[in-house]
Amino acid sequence: MKYALSFLAVIALVLIAWLGSQIPGMPYIFGVAFPYLAIAVFLGGFVYRVVQWAKSPVPFSIQTTCGQAKSLDFIKHNKLEAPHTTAQVVARMALEILTFRSLFRNTHAEMHQGPKITYESSKWLWIFALIFHYSFLLIILRHMRLFLNPVPFWVQWLETLDALFQVGAPTWYMSDVGILIGVGFLFARRLTNVKVRYISLLNDYFPLVLIFTIAITGILMRYFLRTDIDIVNIKQLTVGLAALHPTIGSDIGAIFFIHLFLVCALLVYFPYSKLMHMGGVFMSPTRNMKNNSREVRHLNPWNPRILPHSYAGYEDEFREFMVDAGIPVEKELPPQKDEE
Amino acid sequence: MSVPKLEQLSKSVAQGPSLATGAVPTQDWMDIPAVFKSGNYAYPAKKDKVEYLNSQKGLYFPNAREWSPEDDDWKLPEDWKNIILNGLKERLDKFRSLKIFMDCCVRCGACADKCHFFLGTGDPKNMPVLRAELLRSVYRNDFTLGGKILGKMAGGREMTVGVLKEWFMYSYQCTECRRCSVFCPYGIDTAEITMMLRELLHLVGVGINWILEPASNSNRTGNHMGLQPHTFKDNVEFLVDDVENLTGVRPNISFNRKGAEILFITPSADVFAEPGLYTAMGYMILFEAIGLDYTWSTYASEGGNFGLFTNNETMKKLNAKMYAEAERLGVKYIIGGECGHMWRVLHQYMDTMNGPADFLEVPVSPITGTKFQNAASTKMVHITEFTADLIKHGKLKLDKSRNSHVKATFHDSCNTSRAMGLLDEPRYVLDHVVDNWVEMPENTIREQTFCCGSGTGLNTDEIMELRMRSGYPRANAVQYVRDKFDVNTLACVCAIDRATLTSLNNYWTPEVTVCGLTELVGNAIVQENEGENRAVLDEGLRTMV
Ligand code: HEM
Ligand code: SF4
Ligand code: SF4
Repeated sequence: MKYALSFLAVIALVLIAWLGSQIPGMPYIFGVAFPYLAIAVFLGGFVYRVVQWAKSPVPFSIQTTCGQAKSLDFIKHNKLEAPHTTAQVVARMALEILTFRSLFRNTHAEMHQGPKITYESSKWLWIFALIFHYSFLLIILRHMRLFLNPVPFWVQWLETLDALFQVGAPTWYMSDVGILIGVGFLFARRLTNVKVRYISLLNDYFPLVLIFTIAITGILMRYFLRTDIDIVNIKQLTVGLAALHPTIGSDIGAIFFIHLFLVCALLVYFPYSKLMHMGGVFMSPTRNMKNNSREVRHLNPWNPRILPHSYAGYEDEFREFMVDAGIPVEKELPPQKDEE
Repeated sequence: MSVPKLEQLSKSVAQGPSLATGAVPTQDWMDIPAVFKSGNYAYPAKKDKVEYLNSQKGLYFPNAREWSPEDDDWKLPEDWKNIILNGLKERLDKFRSLKIFMDCCVRCGACADKCHFFLGTGDPKNMPVLRAELLRSVYRNDFTLGGKILGKMAGGREMTVGVLKEWFMYSYQCTECRRCSVFCPYGIDTAEITMMLRELLHLVGVGINWILEPASNSNRTGNHMGLQPHTFKDNVEFLVDDVENLTGVRPNISFNRKGAEILFITPSADVFAEPGLYTAMGYMILFEAIGLDYTWSTYASEGGNFGLFTNNETMKKLNAKMYAEAERLGVKYIIGGECGHMWRVLHQYMDTMNGPADFLEVPVSPITGTKFQNAASTKMVHITEFTADLIKHGKLKLDKSRNSHVKATFHDSCNTSRAMGLLDEPRYVLDHVVDNWVEMPENTIREQTFCCGSGTGLNTDEIMELRMRSGYPRANAVQYVRDKFDVNTLACVCAIDRATLTSLNNYWTPEVTVCGLTELVGNAIVQENEGENRAVLDEGLRTMV
């Protein structure tokens, strides 16, 4: 149901772009107005979300330690898993963000008769998540060719790298294959892994379908429908967009508008969805805090003033027992009055 | 509340139709209501305990009443829904962790099978991700744009009494062990979410007695057990007698002594019941062997802190006694005994909440001169750090053969491993006090250690089946080393573990006893003046003489 709905939603977006862009005058809306709008929403929304997060303080030092803390000299400190200094935290975060360190740990638990539980290393999610994310990154970076004139050296350099295998004509980029495989796996996993399927929401399928369709339309343009689009016109438009004086030629091709409209949809969707994990991962307190909380005091801006049940109150309640038991007290018992 | 027979439960854990064994639930989780029946919930807090806590300055425990989770009507306050939603808003503004964790989960499922409650019960809502979704769904509905527009389609749902009941059920089927957080690509810590859920529930008077009674005891008498000063002293003195009878050396102790160099605080369970008693005897033997100038306190006679399982205000109030007492007695610093959640509070919260402890000094071992730089600000040293340092400097005379009856394995408690990073100190100590010890399988130790299944105030008898299930992953690892290496002792550095693992082992692996690390240290120590009065201790401090 949920995944079917995601397909429907994306198909609807495709139809809107396809039919809409054919109406005279509309190419300007789809080619210029929507992209600007989408970028504005994306940037504004992204910043807004990060600011919203940042506005809430981190009251306590809640690092999750995944290795030996720094303690005595002869106990070997695990600098990456229980970082003690800022540099070590940066290294830990770099590992998380660049190599998905935590996903690498993943295991699969299985129940057997006995009962017995086994834990097997399970790195599929890690591998395909990496393939997906790096392909995505490469594709975004390669797209800079469209917006920058002249094309910067590093974009050409990335293109050469990405096309290293020289397969097909035009040569297939690894990242294009990678993103399809990556998204395909993530989607298939969502459907076939019982647990993941059970927790999945529309919000989980939709971005995958959307990204898949963006990638497909992109690939269609590059490898199969080359003649349906006018690359010179497109480049003129995109460079114009980047330079803030867009001009839109005719004959750009519907497939391009579909591609572009879906990207706009993704940009608009991004700040209001789980895709914000991109920003959030940097700010997760369990990962980005130092494990030095006994060495350096962490401050809580809203630390309430709460005093303990006082010693004086405690002694008042139990003084007699304490004196009887020979426990030192602050105030002696009142002198006993002789009975008369 | 009777616990099922071993065979029955074994079968149910491995083959029962549950998500953990591969069966697919037919209904969406949002459509499955939480049903309370005897045995699947911990008793609600008694009215007088809630009233007492509510009367304490700085604490807020409204709506004290008699109620039962099995009733339809939980006697919530009239405007409970507003209270909850406002409480959630307030917490979103106070805790960045909550906001980030609400927003960033991609439902990748990496955490799903990492939770011992899920593995033992197979209940989908015990997957950390779903536990969090219980709250996230409400958050979406009321606090996010997508949820406000799309509602259920975007995974939102309205806050209802049914949802609240579900929160109660599943926030008390999480031991805040943080194992899920190790595996999550964004470090999402479901323990934080559970804490928030429990805080919210207290706002409308929903809490359990096994937590609030110890918390109120601790506030009033200084310890969870409710031991009054003279009783506390008596208990410790019994142990002194025992140590003397066994080893021939009578440890010197004192209470509330001003001018002592060090204040020693450990969970009161250690002076209250087996097997913690032996650990407490171990402390005294150790301190006697090095001639430590230390004192116990009856006012701060609790290391543990059930406030951690309640709300941050209660945690702060209970914890504050430690510094208050250290200042009153004029000690230089504090040594803390073996305990898991106690050390979570001491390592990650104490200084922030109740510091700075300017009246104390940076801890320096009076025996070795080692400065505990890692505790420079909080000024509390973990007993295992202290002991490891003594051993390293050759200050303890240890005879491993005195532990020859022991074939040990070591259980990392959740908090000291994942909220502190105390992993190798206890292993170092263990290396020096026993001949023989082995590790459990690697996915069940160190930062991946499995909870005893009864932490966060869930070690109450009425939910014994649940505890035996959630403790199963730990027990299974113990079974493994028992079968393979004839392990007969499960050592740990946690007072809750000493109690809960004992129940767990009695059920799953009755051949394996549970002990504190310092008990083994106490066994192995050779006192200078022990002479011929020392009994033959075939079973260490547990020997009957
Ligand atoms: C830096 C650390 C990051 C980690 C550890 C991470 C991890 C993940 C994981 C585990 C998924 C789940 C896929 C699934 O099960 O469906 C995912 C999805 C996704 N991530 Fe990331 N990600 C990171 C950064 C980013 C960044 C920088 C972007 C930038 C665009 C991004 C965009 C996406 C998208 C578009 C999806 C797929 C759609 C979806 O499943 O909802 N991620 N990520
Ligand atoms: S591992 Fe983290 S991101 Fe993945 S489902 Fe669990 S909580 Fe969500
Ligand atoms: S903190 Fe522990 S008990 Fe709670 S959800 Fe995570 S793994 Fe389960």
